[in-house]
Formats: sequence, C-alpha cells, structure tokens
Amino acid sequence: MGTLKSHALPEMTANRRPVAKTRGRPLRKRWSLAAWIALIPMVVTVVFAYLGTMLWTARVSLSNSRTFPSNDFVGFTQYVRLFHNDRWLVSLQHIAIYGVCFIVACIVIGMLLAIFIDQRVMAEGVLRTVFLYPYAMSFVATGLVWQWILNPELGAQSLLHKMGFTHARFDWIVDQDFVIYTIVIATVWQASGLVMAVMLAGLRGIDDELWKAARIDGIPRWRVYMSIVIPMLGPSISTAFVLLFVAVVKLFDAVVAMTQGGPGTASEVPAKFIMDYLFGRANIGLASAASIVLLATVLAILAPFLYARSRSASRKEV
Amino acid sequence: MNSRKQWALKSGIALALAITGVIAQAEPLKANVIHWWTSGGESAAIRQFADAYNQAGGQWVDNAVAGADQARATAINRIVGGDPPTAAQFNTSKQFHDLIDQGLLNNVDAVATKENWAAIFPQSILDSIKVNGHYYAAPVDIHMPAWFFYSKPVFAKAGIAGDPKSFDEFVGDLDKLKKAGVIPLALGGQPWQEKITFDAVFADVGGPDLYLKVYRDRDQNAVKSDAFKKVLASFKKLHDYVDAGSPGRNWNDATALVISGKAGVQIMGDWAKGEFSAAKQAPGKDFGCFPGFGPRSPYLVAGDVFVFPKTDNATAIKAQNLLATVMTSPQAQVAFSAKKGSIPIRPDVDVNQLDICAKEGIAIMKDKSRQLPNPEMLLSPDMQGALTDVITNFWNKNQSVDDAQKAFASALKG
Repeated sequence: MGTLKSHALPEMTANRRPVAKTRGRPLRKRWSLAAWIALIPMVVTVVFAYLGTMLWTARVSLSNSRTFPSNDFVGFTQYVRLFHNDRWLVSLQHIAIYGVCFIVACIVIGMLLAIFIDQRVMAEGVLRTVFLYPYAMSFVATGLVWQWILNPELGAQSLLHKMGFTHARFDWIVDQDFVIYTIVIATVWQASGLVMAVMLAGLRGIDDELWKAARIDGIPRWRVYMSIVIPMLGPSISTAFVLLFVAVVKLFDAVVAMTQGGPGTASEVPAKFIMDYLFGRANIGLASAASIVLLATVLAILAPFLYARSRSASRKEV
Repeated sequence: MNSRKQWALKSGIALALAITGVIAQAEPLKANVIHWWTSGGESAAIRQFADAYNQAGGQWVDNAVAGADQARATAINRIVGGDPPTAAQFNTSKQFHDLIDQGLLNNVDAVATKENWAAIFPQSILDSIKVNGHYYAAPVDIHMPAWFFYSKPVFAKAGIAGDPKSFDEFVGDLDKLKKAGVIPLALGGQPWQEKITFDAVFADVGGPDLYLKVYRDRDQNAVKSDAFKKVLASFKKLHDYVDAGSPGRNWNDATALVISGKAGVQIMGDWAKGEFSAAKQAPGKDFGCFPGFGPRSPYLVAGDVFVFPKTDNATAIKAQNLLATVMTSPQAQVAFSAKKGSIPIRPDVDVNQLDICAKEGIAIMKDKSRQLPNPEMLLSPDMQGALTDVITNFWNKNQSVDDAQKAFASALKG
C-alpha cells in the first residue's frame, strides 16, 4: 500500500520529511553563513514591511487621524470609542461563532474526505482535484453563486417550492440569526478541500506495518483510526488549524460577496469593519485601533498554542 | 478592459489629429484625471468631458478606477505619495474637506470668479465646494438620490391612477400593488440603499426643517421629538412591502424587477434611468418618475465634483483651470448629463436633449426652497456611516421605534 501511494502523491510525502527534520535539534545548532545570507531579503521584508507597519499602525491608533495619518496624541480614545461601537462588538461576536463552526466543520469534513480517499478508491486523482478545486477559485465569483443558491426567491428554497414542497424553508441568508451560518457553509465548502490535502499527506505518511499489525490483532478499522491514526496526525491537524485560523481572522471576501455584512449588520466581521473605516468612512485612527485589537487577539490565541506545540516537539526529541 | 483600450486608442487618434491640425506651437495641457465612472453609461458621459477638454487644446489622460472608495483611495495615495493627479473625482460632500484642511488642494478661484459660480450654482453645492472663502472643487452634476421610479403597466394593472400626493396615499398604492400580486416596493437590502429610502421618507414625512435640524444642526431635541419618531415609524412601515429576497440585492437587480413588471416601485437615485434606457424603456411611457409626494416635496441634492491637488507647476495649474472651465461649461454640462442621467449644475442650459425626469428636476431646482442637501454634504463620512448602521439595524431587526430613536441620537453625538 505504502509504495503504491507514495507514487501517487510524491509531493505530499516529500513535504512531510523536512518538517520532521527541521524540528530535530542537531540541525538547529548548526550555523551556516550561506543560509543567513539567503535569509536576509526575507528578514529585511519582515522587519520593515511587517513589524514596521505594525508599529506604525499602533502609533496611528493613538492619534486622532481621519483621512490622513496625523501626529497628534490622544491616548486610548480610539480604543474607548471602538469598544462603545455596537458594530465592532457585534462583529467580534460573529467572528467567534463563525470561527468555532468553521474550524470544527472544516477539520471534521476534511478528515473524513481524506480518510475516504485513502481507501484506494477509483479515480482518486479526479476526486482529489474535485475536492481541492473550490480552494483554487476566487471567492468573489463563487460567493455570488452561493448568494444565488441561498436566495429564497431564486435558489434552493424556490426550487423546492416549485417541486411541490411549498412549506420547505431555507431562507437563512436573509435571516438575522442564521445568516452567519450561511457564510460558514460556503467557506467550509471552499476550505475543506485544503484540509483534506493536508490530512491526506499525513495519512500517507503512516506506516503500512501498523495497519498489518492491527489487522492481525483483529482491531476494527474505525478503532484504528480513532485510537492510532488520528493521534498520529497531530502535526497535520495543527497545521490545518493554523491555516484555518488565519482564514477566520481575515474573513472578508466571502462576506462582501455574499451578504455585504447584512441583513442589517447581522454578518459584519472585524476585517470588514476595518476596511470600511479605513476607506469609505475615512477614519484611519479607529480602523488602526481595530487592527491592533485584532492582532492582539490573534497573538493571545495563537501564542500559547504554538508554544505548546514547540514544547511537545522538543519533549519528543529528548 | 477591452473597451478601455479601445477608448485609449480612439482618444489617442483624436489627440494626434488635434495636435497636427490645431496646435503646432505649444505643448498640450496634459490632464491626469482620476474618476470611478466605468460602467457603460458612465464612461460615455465622462467621454463628453474628455472630448470637450481635448477640443479646448488639452490632452486628457484617463485614469478610471472601478469603485468609488477605491478611486478616492487611489487619489489620496497619489497625493500623499507626491505624484498627484491633475484632478480627482469626489462626491459633493465633506469627503474632500480633510484634503483642504491639510492644504493639499489648489483652489480654482480664478475660474469661479470669471464664470460667476456664486450666481449660477445652487447654494447647497456652493456650501460644499467653498471653504474659508475659496473654491476648492468644480461641481459637475446634480444627482437626486431618492427618486421614485414605477412601472406604468403595473400601476395600471393595480388600478393606481396618478402619482401619490402624500405618504399615506403612497402606502395605499403599495397596498393595491400587494393585492395585484406583485412586489410592491423593489428594494435592494444593502445598508446604503436602506439609508436612501430612509432619507426619502425623512425629507417627505419629516419636512425640510426637521431634516436640517437633525442632519445640519445635529440637534438632539429634534431627534428625540415625536415628529422624528413618526419618520422612523413611517420608514419601518415600508418593510411590509418588500419581498423576502430583498436583503443583499444589488440596486440594479431591484431596478430590473420594476423593468420586468415583477415589482411596482423603486426608490433610487436618478442613475437608475440608465438601467431603464438600456432595457429600451422610455420615461413617461413605460415607467414613471416622481421625486417626492406633491408639488412642494423637497428635492435632495447630491452629485460629483472634481478637486485639484496642490501643485506649483504652472502648466499643471493651467490645466486645472482649463478643466474646471470646460467641465462646468453649458455645452459640456448638457452633453454629460444626457448620458449620465443627472441634471446640469447650472440652470442656463438647453434642456431639450434631456429626458422628462431630468426636465422636472431642473424645474424643481429653480425653486430654491425645495432644494435640500443630502446628508453626506452635512455630515462627516464617519458619522454618515454610523447613522447608516443605525438605520440598517432598525430596518432589518425587530427593533422598537424608541430604541432606534435612541440609537440614532447617540450616533449623532459622535
């Protein structure tokens, strides 16, 4: 099984190796001048383009800037304003609900797809492409299609009505309380293929001997997955988690394409809040304060996670 | 993309002809113009200005940027980055007042004095472009953002005789439309469209005095008054007449509902006429238009201007002055308005080329007491945005009128 599959997916199995190696201590200790020279462009970009702009944003968030960044200093006024702004508070609630649903659904569905494809199904390559395809398309276009499908007057609901199910209701996209879940559905459709690819690479890395041993012991297949395979997929799952988490924080295009934040403000999200205040509403100060709050939240959630990951990785090596 | 290339090519040819034919001695006055008019009718309209400018001895360099926000951001970035365009489009509003405060715009006082702008332009537009005694922008059109457009066949089918003369009559008509089995009110449920609908109701039900007290004076007592409460209640009443598919709909899709006879009436800016004419429907015959209820209804004034970023270059200043002169000239104004669906910014023009809705608008504009500036001229973009949030929440949520009134008052405090 192993040989056959590594032919099918050379790039994915190859990807796994460097990840495992860089985590090894010996490599880290070795200093290489050439490597550092090669890294300089990236280091410069990070220091100036990322850290520099972050500091700049932090500075602007303490000023009373409107259309232009200004040099005055108003302390934390913008932050106070921000947390008195209903739309910002509601955006934070939405992104929390969205984030939990989106990440859980993507990981579960992506994992199931990967396990399903791992069963040596026919036309595996075709299926893999089909599942990964949504990720390759711009959400500006597919979001519009989702909008039509979900529109009660045009899409699924009206189709059901025409088929005779006149009591069928599927009008989430125009419903204050459910609209955020339509965004979850559409973005899960898009991103679960990516999770599948990551998980599949992990599954392909699991030694065939393990399966043979389990078969000899007569352990049921689902049990092998639950107790052995999935725990071994830890690194793949955390990679998928980081990718999905980033997608949650920068959620913007799906909302703009599908609902424009509506109905009302029922699907507003922080990234859209920032964009609106940065340009249309000409309030750079408030937009910067919102960006900094978002950054702080991301760091607060990701930092312990990454720390725990590196701890467990270094423990393994001892 | 293709049409833009073609346009560039055509203007290039026109230019080559102009240069060889007319001016051989001097460099043409190059004008880099940023604007967001990219749709079919819009680009046909801006071409009128480009042609007029080229004929006057200039060289128009077109910088169309799709999307108003993006176009304004591009202009601001280029100004801040030290590569300012010759002119950039903004709305007739407070959007460019920050630029003036920062000293980043040239004034066009010379043109304004020579052409006697103070006497010919409406007061609300002058209030927007004249800051600290200087003219900082050339207005190019007047849009009325809250016309009522209705389908004549649908109104006939529902047994509605004429334009409604009051808000109550309008609601009665909507009831008739509902009975006739069509969508009474075609609304695109996006925040800005809901705000337009609200402003239309506000101006008509609340009246100009209350409107100005709230938007211009930001008077808390006016917001807390019963009259304003009635405005909010009237606005929310319209919610009974929109269809379930309304939220998130684009404005032109809502217009298409009226065009196809699926809906009765839409409240939208006069740019919607472009959709009707693209569908080969004529005003007065296939669709009707009225700007409000009855002969005294207020007329909201909005529109577009071009501002002229700061430069010391004498040739560039010359180009800016020529642009301001050409764009506001009567001939260019008529040619532009006919394509754009707006009305000219000056009354002394030949109106025969314009449609009957525009003619009605021009007639109304002659009565100064009916002119009412749109909220964007009176409020900062930030506050306008906050009020839009309040209105869209009230429209879409199950919120009481009292709560909406409180939210509106607190948003107006800033």
